Amino acid sequence: MHNDEKPRVFQSYPEIEDLPMHENPQPNEINPDSDVIIGLEIHVQLNKLKSKLFCGCSTSYHNSEPNTHTCPVCLGLPGSLPALNKKAVEFGIKVALALECKLLDQTLFYRKNYFYPDLPKGYQISQYDFPLAKDGRVTITTDAGEKVIRINRVHIEEDPAKLMHIGGMGHSKYTLVDYNRSGMPLLEIVTEPDLRSPKEARRFLDKLRSILDYLDVFDGNLEGAMRIDANISLKGGGRTEVKNISSHKGVEKALLYEKTRHKNLRMKNIHIKRETRHYDEQRGITILLRTKEEEEDYRYFPEPDIPLMNVKEWETRLRNEIPELPDAKRQRFIKEYGIKEEHARSLTSDIAIANYFEIISKEIDPSVAASWIADVVKGELNYRDINIKESNLTADKMIRILKKFVLGEITDRNMVELIREIIDSGKDPEEIIKKRGFGKVGEDEVLLLVKKVIEENPDAVKDYRNKNDKALNYLVGKVMALSKGRSDPKEVINLLRKYI
Amino acid sequence: MIDKKTLEHIGKLAKIELDDKDIDEFLPQLQSILDLFDEINSVETETVEPTFHVFGLKNVFREDDVKPSLDREDVLKNVPKKEKDYVKSPKIL
Repeated sequence: MHNDEKPRVFQSYPEIEDLPMHENPQPNEINPDSDVIIGLEIHVQLNKLKSKLFCGCSTSYHNSEPNTHTCPVCLGLPGSLPALNKKAVEFGIKVALALECKLLDQTLFYRKNYFYPDLPKGYQISQYDFPLAKDGRVTITTDAGEKVIRINRVHIEEDPAKLMHIGGMGHSKYTLVDYNRSGMPLLEIVTEPDLRSPKEARRFLDKLRSILDYLDVFDGNLEGAMRIDANISLKGGGRTEVKNISSHKGVEKALLYEKTRHKNLRMKNIHIKRETRHYDEQRGITILLRTKEEEEDYRYFPEPDIPLMNVKEWETRLRNEIPELPDAKRQRFIKEYGIKEEHARSLTSDIAIANYFEIISKEIDPSVAASWIADVVKGELNYRDINIKESNLTADKMIRILKKFVLGEITDRNMVELIREIIDSGKDPEEIIKKRGFGKVGEDEVLLLVKKVIEENPDAVKDYRNKNDKALNYLVGKVMALSKGRSDPKEVINLLRKYI
Repeated sequence: MIDKKTLEHIGKLAKIELDDKDIDEFLPQLQSILDLFDEINSVETETVEPTFHVFGLKNVFREDDVKPSLDREDVLKNVPKKEKDYVKSPKIL
């Protein structure tokens, strides 16, 4: 995809692709677990701003008719002048600071020249030398523990228009252009090539998304909110770039595909050329777009219509507006609530879930709340691909059912069923408990069932008396079945032992 | 020195087709422009700060306020080719 082309000069990839073949490591010297080199460029649409980057057009164009959110500036009409949205710069600075970047004393815009219908001016207003911020870091959790991924730079640019190809890019004979997206405020975040596997790349993206959600600068659920270019090479081999991938899962899959492709070529002793590729989500493969020789020459020069910016003086003010971020919140949850690290990590990866947990923990033992939210609720939400706000399981309902659980009125198994039904039907927990008979069977009733099972299964009782533990399991199962899962297995075991 | 290959590359970037006659015409013209820049480049600027903007303006912003967009009818009025309220253009990959 042409429109998100980026210059190579910022990336400190080792210049290794031009090495002659005989200097490449032999295939058997490649360690697939450590010799994969990945770097990412992430485009984040600051869609929580009200207006576009350089004009007053509304950013709420999603679900609108084409070409209804445009003006002379974002259409690139002659004589129009860009006026920079202050808040876009503030949002950019907040993100940069959250990624531990250093702000530059002076930052400015450049024109990146290319002819393509997605940018009617003939250039994109972007940044080049003197980006907004440089040299940051993000800590991710890998299977081998914590790992720091360095951030090369964060810069601001305008989003190009959206191109449509009816019947798919390969079949359509022409391009349809919708300029609603043109001029949307975009942040580009570039990592150093510190990622060593497609899985790490995905972990990094999940972490970045979590931080961006905490900062409340974008709605990641909107189409095109986060678009990723992924660079990959094997140690000693050429680098390829897969452009414009729209999901974290897509990035992982595209990189897995590329890793395998590179390895296969290496095995056949074929040199990997530097090239740009497209990820075909449906087919799960990458397709060649163009080789390095066809890459464009953007002829960057400073944008004369936008004055220089000295915004470093905003740093203190904006730093104070940054909320507690995932890592700090995780540490606090462990300390303040005494919950397991693993639970704290899970809860704090999503700001909405973290807030949900804190509300519930005011009334419920935090360890119990953490376990149910992290281990069960999150899984059920993921399964349905919804977030906690979209689900019917309000904090108030969760508190009500957890209170019953803590009092021993609902079994573990029925709690899971209850949570599922609340999420799916939105009905009141009390109503579901009554209707489905989720309330735990009273002690008297359990005793009756135990006695009944002992009476009806003399053989199993005999076996148990002869020290056959399987027989006990069998009897417990019988009682559980009779009570429709509404009794506590431990209690049943105790009663059986007592009465046999 | 600018050569034929460079000129063809510039033409390609600008999406302008150049035949041999054009090249013979433009090559000396561009060369004279480059010669002028060589002259400018010969000035010693080691101690001079780069000038990005001549007025010395800094930090010019607008607030994040929405203004009405154009009517789509007006937007598409001068568009040579359109389809279903989209602007239609040749496919370039």
